[in-house]
Amino acid sequence: MKRILLITILGICVVFFADAKTIKVGASKKCTTIQQALMFASNGDTVMVNKGMYHEKNLIISKRIALIGIDYPVLDGELKYEVVAIKASGVLMQGFKVIRSGVSSMEDFAGIKIYNCRDVIIRDNILENTFFGIYSQYGINCTIEKNKLTASSSEEQQSGNGIHCWKSDSMRIIGNFITGHRDGIYFEFVTNSIIWRNNSEKNLRYGLHFMFSSNDSYIANIFKNNGAGVSVMFSHDVKMIHNYFEENWGDGSYGILLKEISDGIIENNRFVKNTVGIYMEGTSRIKMNGNVFEKNGWAMKIQASCMDITVTGNNFLNNTFDMSTNGSLVLNTFNGNFWDKYEGYDLNKDHVGDIPYRPVSMYSVIIEKNPPAMILFRSFITTLLDKTEKVLPSLTPENFKDAFPLMKPLRL
Amino acid sequence: MKKIIKYVIIDILRNKIILAYTAFLLVLSFSIFSLEDNAAKGLLGLLNIILIIVPLVSIVFSTIYVYNSAEFIELLVSQPLKRRTIWMSLFSGLSSSMVLAFLVGAGIPVFIYQPDITGVMMLLIGVLLSVIFVAIAMLAAVKTRDKAKGIGIAVLLWLYFSLLFDGFVLFLVFQFSDYPVEKMMVVVSMFNPLDLARIMILLKMDVSALMGYTGAVFKDFFGTGIGMLLSFSVLLLWSILPVWFSIRKFNTKDL
Repeated sequence: MKRILLITILGICVVFFADAKTIKVGASKKCTTIQQALMFASNGDTVMVNKGMYHEKNLIISKRIALIGIDYPVLDGELKYEVVAIKASGVLMQGFKVIRSGVSSMEDFAGIKIYNCRDVIIRDNILENTFFGIYSQYGINCTIEKNKLTASSSEEQQSGNGIHCWKSDSMRIIGNFITGHRDGIYFEFVTNSIIWRNNSEKNLRYGLHFMFSSNDSYIANIFKNNGAGVSVMFSHDVKMIHNYFEENWGDGSYGILLKEISDGIIENNRFVKNTVGIYMEGTSRIKMNGNVFEKNGWAMKIQASCMDITVTGNNFLNNTFDMSTNGSLVLNTFNGNFWDKYEGYDLNKDHVGDIPYRPVSMYSVIIEKNPPAMILFRSFITTLLDKTEKVLPSLTPENFKDAFPLMKPLRL
Repeated sequence: MKKIIKYVIIDILRNKIILAYTAFLLVLSFSIFSLEDNAAKGLLGLLNIILIIVPLVSIVFSTIYVYNSAEFIELLVSQPLKRRTIWMSLFSGLSSSMVLAFLVGAGIPVFIYQPDITGVMMLLIGVLLSVIFVAIAMLAAVKTRDKAKGIGIAVLLWLYFSLLFDGFVLFLVFQFSDYPVEKMMVVVSMFNPLDLARIMILLKMDVSALMGYTGAVFKDFFGTGIGMLLSFSVLLLWSILPVWFSIRKFNTKDL
C-alpha cells in the first residue's frame, strides 16, 4: 500500500515538473520583452532573459516563476517607474542589472519590490541608481542574497534605502554590498530575521537602521564610513555578533547607537576609529562580551538612563576616552575588561589588577559638560587634573569602575 | 657671522650640558617606546616630553648661556662687528644646537618606532618649539641685567606657557560656557605656542574624538591646508618676534 502511494506521488511529481517549461527572452528569440514571456508563463516556469537592454516600464511578476538573467540583462526604469514588482510567492529573481528607478517623495519606488508574499528569492542582482533598492513589504521568509546596490545621491531626501524591509518576518539578508543609499539596510517591524555577511559602506545616513524590529540577528557584517553609523532603536532581543564598525566619523555618528533596546547581545564585534563606538540611551539588559574597541574617540558613551548592562571581557585599546556618562547613577557592571590606560598593579600574579580601574576620566566629564574644553585636551593642566582625580575622585561617578581589570589584553 | 656661530656651537658642545640633554632625551624616548606595549602610547609619552621638557630646557639653558657669555659678547662688541650680527649669531648657534640635540635625542627613537606622519609632525613641532623657546629666552635675558632675575623670569615664562595660560583658558571656557566660544578658542590658542603645537599634534593623534561637533570646528580650521599654513606661520612668528624685539633692545643696550 505504501509503495503504491509513493509511486503515485512520484508519478504526479514527474507529470507536474514535466509541465514546467523554460521560456527564453532576447532580441533574437520569440519573446523580445519580458512582459510577453510573463504572459505565456504559468506557475513553475522558468524565464531566461538574454543579455540586452529592456525597457519594461513597471514589470509585475504575479506568477510563481524563476526569472533568470544571463550575463546581467539591464532593466531600465527610466527614472520614472518602479522597475520590478513581485506579487507572487516563491518567485526567484536572479542575475539582473536594475537601473534608474523612479524617484518620488509620495511613493517608495524601488528597484525590486516584494508585495505581500512569501518565499521570494532575490539573488545576485546589480542595482544602480535606484531610489529604494530592494524593498520588502509584508514579505515572509524571503532571501535577499549577494546583490550589489549602488546609489549616487548626495541628499537624504532624494535617496531611499538600500535594502528596506517593512512589516516582514523571517527574512534572510545575506552577503549584499550596499553603498550610497540613505540607509544601507533598513528594518521596521521586522522579526525573526538574520542579516549576515553584508557590507554596507558610505551610505548617507545609517549603515543599518533598526526600528521596532525584535528577535533579529546581525552577524559578520561590515559597516564602514557611513554618515551616522548603525542605529538600533525600540527593539528587543537583537543579537549583534562579529560585526565590524569602522570609521563612522562626525558628531552624532556612532559605531552603534542603541536607544530603547533591551535583552540584546553584543559579542565579538570590532569598533575601530569611530567618533563614538557605542552610544547607549534607555537601554537595558545587554550583555557585551569579547568586543574590541580600538582608536575610537569614545569607546562607549553610556547615559545614566541605562541599566543592567554587563560589559565583560572586552579589550579597550588606544581610545581617546574609554567611557563617558552624563550622570552619577550607575546601574551597570564593567568588570573583567582589559583597559590599556590601566595603571594598577597585580601583586598576587593572578592576571587581575588589584585596584579598580575607573574608565570615566575627569576630563571626559568636563568635555561632556563643556565641549569647547576639548581644545585643552592633553595639555599639562588637564593631565594634572586627571591625575588628581584618580587619587581623589570627586567629579567622576563613584561606582563607575571595573573592580577586576585584566592586566593583559584578551586574545580577540 | 659664520665664524661666530661656529664658536658658539663649539662652546655649547664643550659645555656638555647639551650633550647630557641629548642623552637624557635619547634614554627617555627609548624607554618610553620600549616600556609601552603599543607605539601610540609611546607617542603620547613623547608628546609630554615635547610639551614640557623641551621648552623648559631650551629656555633655561639659553638664558643661562646668554648671561654666562656676557664677557664674550663684550669682547665681540669691541670688534668691528654689527651688534645685530653678534646677537643673530648667538641666536642661530643656540637654536641650532638645541634643534640638533632634540633631533638626535627624540628623532632616532621616533624613526625607529613610529616612522609615520604623526611621528614626523611631532619632530617638526619639537624643532619649532626649541627655536621658539630659545628666542623667548633671549628676549628675557636681554631685558634684565641681573642673572638670577633673568633666570627667574625664564622659568616663570615657561610656567606661564605650559600651565597658567591653559588654566586661564579653562577658566574662560567655563565662564563663557553659554556662548559659542569655539571660534574664539581658535584665536586664543594662537597666543600660546605650546597650545598651538599641542593642537596640531592632537589633530594627528586623536582625530576620531575630534570629529565630534566642537572638535570638528577645530579640525575644520586647523586641519585644512590654510589652517595648517596659518598655524605654522604663527609658530614661526613666535620664533621671529621675540628675537626681533631682543635685537632692538640689544642694539641700544648699555652693556
